[in-house]
Amino acid sequence: MLKFIKHHMDTIGGIGIYPVISFVIFFSIFCIALLYVWRARRTHIDHMASLPLVGPTDTNGSNNHANQ
Amino acid sequence: MIERFQYDNRIVKNFLFITILWGVVGMLVGLIAALQLVVPALNFSEWTTFGRLRPLHTNAVIFAFVGNAIFAGAYYSLQRLLKTRMFSDVLSKIHFWGWQLIIVSAAITLPLGMTQGKEYAELEWPIDIAIALVWVLFGINMFGTILKRRERHLYVAIWFYIATWVTVAMLHIVNSISIPVTLGKSYSWYAGVQDALVQWWYGHNAVAFFLTTPFLGLMYYFLPKAANRPVYSYKLSIIHFWSLIFIYIWAGPHHLLYSALPEWAQSLGVVFSVMLIAPSWGGMLNGLLTLRGAWDRVREDPVLKFFVVAVTCYGMATLEGPLLSIKFINSIAHFTDWIIAHVHIGGIGWNGFLTFGMVYWLVPRLFGTKLYSVKLANVHFWLGTLGIIFYAIPLYFAGFFQSLMWKQFTPDGFLVYKNFLDTLLEIKYAYWLRALGGSIYLIGAFVMVYNVVKTVKAGKLIANEDAEAPALEKVKVTGGHWHTWIERRPIQMLVFSLIAVAIGGIIEMVPTFLVKSNVPTISSVKPYTPLELQGRDIYVREGCYTCHSQMIRPFRSETERYGEYSKAGEFVYDHPFQWGSKRTGPDLHRVGGKYPHSWHYYHMWDPTTMSPGSLMPAYPHLLENALDTTTTRRKIEAMITLGVPYDPEFPAQANAELRQQGEGIVADLKKAGIETSSDREIIALIAYLQRVGTDIKAKPATVATAQ
Repeated sequence: MLKFIKHHMDTIGGIGIYPVISFVIFFSIFCIALLYVWRARRTHIDHMASLPLVGPTDTNGSNNHANQ
Repeated sequence: MIERFQYDNRIVKNFLFITILWGVVGMLVGLIAALQLVVPALNFSEWTTFGRLRPLHTNAVIFAFVGNAIFAGAYYSLQRLLKTRMFSDVLSKIHFWGWQLIIVSAAITLPLGMTQGKEYAELEWPIDIAIALVWVLFGINMFGTILKRRERHLYVAIWFYIATWVTVAMLHIVNSISIPVTLGKSYSWYAGVQDALVQWWYGHNAVAFFLTTPFLGLMYYFLPKAANRPVYSYKLSIIHFWSLIFIYIWAGPHHLLYSALPEWAQSLGVVFSVMLIAPSWGGMLNGLLTLRGAWDRVREDPVLKFFVVAVTCYGMATLEGPLLSIKFINSIAHFTDWIIAHVHIGGIGWNGFLTFGMVYWLVPRLFGTKLYSVKLANVHFWLGTLGIIFYAIPLYFAGFFQSLMWKQFTPDGFLVYKNFLDTLLEIKYAYWLRALGGSIYLIGAFVMVYNVVKTVKAGKLIANEDAEAPALEKVKVTGGHWHTWIERRPIQMLVFSLIAVAIGGIIEMVPTFLVKSNVPTISSVKPYTPLELQGRDIYVREGCYTCHSQMIRPFRSETERYGEYSKAGEFVYDHPFQWGSKRTGPDLHRVGGKYPHSWHYYHMWDPTTMSPGSLMPAYPHLLENALDTTTTRRKIEAMITLGVPYDPEFPAQANAELRQQGEGIVADLKKAGIETSSDREIIALIAYLQRVGTDIKAKPATVATAQ
């Protein structure tokens, strides 16, 4: 029941920490993603980008493009 | 080892055809609603007033048109990107028919006035449960397909589908939590400020995760397909995905700027909304630049034309959105038709055009033939583009100028436009032009229907398309990058996406729920009387919130026009909140006590008797219909469960008090020469309207309480 938790705490110290947490989370994820694409191998990226263009009859085994 | 299998094209065809059908129906309802704003006589009956048709329009275009388009595109691309048939044909069919059943029940219940009164989440609790169930079945089907795939890595489109699925599930469940009173009536679990925050966290992310992320998935699949070249930058698409889902989830509070929402939550919404420009434009440029070296083909291929305009509209809407989140711009644009123009750039530009492009690309392929007429598709393209322009530009003008009129003062410090209606009548021309734009757009859609029918007749459905691919070897893959690790593991992807979106929601909402100081209590604010509560439910049922806000912002132009600005503590018993998001009529938060009972009586019977030239629908049925008092007790009990402080014995006496208060209003109306009885719906509505926003004016001792 929401009424039991709604006003459970009368005050919360330092509400300003919430926006800071949110920014830190976002910024870390962003940096990790940047780092990844910077270090990613060209062959893997090319393979991923070509996925929609591979026709159903493509049988050269490119789907097992292992380890990339 | 090469395996042979077949793609299921029938389910794609079914979703695609029903997309077209609901699209036309939803736009038609939108056009009727647009015309009702200029010709009130078109409101016809109590079941087809603007307040009931507008939710029908929004639900139809969002969940029926765009929803089915998502499913059509996802079922087509998932099978091909994963090199396998859908996990289960039976689940696909149940998903299809279940979703259509939900849409049909929405089309029946919304005109009947069964609504939870929260925008884009109007559907009542039994339908909400059905939506959750069908959505889960879709999820099982999608993840089942992913698990039996013959392609090791998941293409970026599939990440967008996964993020869509998990976020929509979370948003829908959290926002729809309510206490049922009857089969067709429930009260939101949340009240006032909290309800507003949850609703706009949902509302904003419905835009983000129902209208945007799945369509970005479709863009990343169908645009390279149609252009026959890989996406401009796959690396950019990775950044696009992670930044978008991490930022979007925070931006909801920008719908509540200058409202009674705590300041820190508003600021959080603004900052993240402005940051959204970056990933959105990254995605838009990625889409447009995919066409590098293929621009000559854009001239001839209607599919690419539709895609280019769709992606451009995405760019315009996602630049405008962050700008609208800046407090100063928001103070002008909010509550006006500017916002209606903004959402339609997204709706008919981005969603509509991407869907049309997809239809023209898919139908010939599903039916093994050529498009019946490229020329007609081009005609559709131009009609659609003109429609968007005629729709949006007049409304941008109207919104901007009406807002200035609301804020205009004479040199002596009085409002120039004292009567709200005067500002509305000034922009009536724009409503006509908007209806014209909508008509042109709709004619374009009919041209598409003809073209599709002709194409289908010329071909034959390839219900099961042969395909072959090597089986996925069960090799133990070691090493590699952590992100390629995620790309191989859909379940982990699901979990990470859920964490990403859940953190945002929790951090935004939990403090508002926990901290008492965020919602300052006002001792004179008391629960509604039974009659007022029934009247409030009529207010919700008639969809008054689609045109009237109950949120006076702390601007001099608003306090001068409406009265004291709205405080968070005034809404603590409002299940659901009714702040509204658009003022086609004036704000009603201080309407209580402003007019005599008789004014409201005549005004509801025919608004033009009290406000000559009024564009509001007439509600003569409220004067005729008897109030259903059988639900009073259960309603009060539900409110007690939700924490509204009525006495435990009160539900049993509720109807007696209801009648007593009704008799008082009837006696007062009689003095004004109006003969009616206390069991009419109008009496309850008058009781509610006279109560709205009056509690803070009263001294605690003199307030009429429910006890």
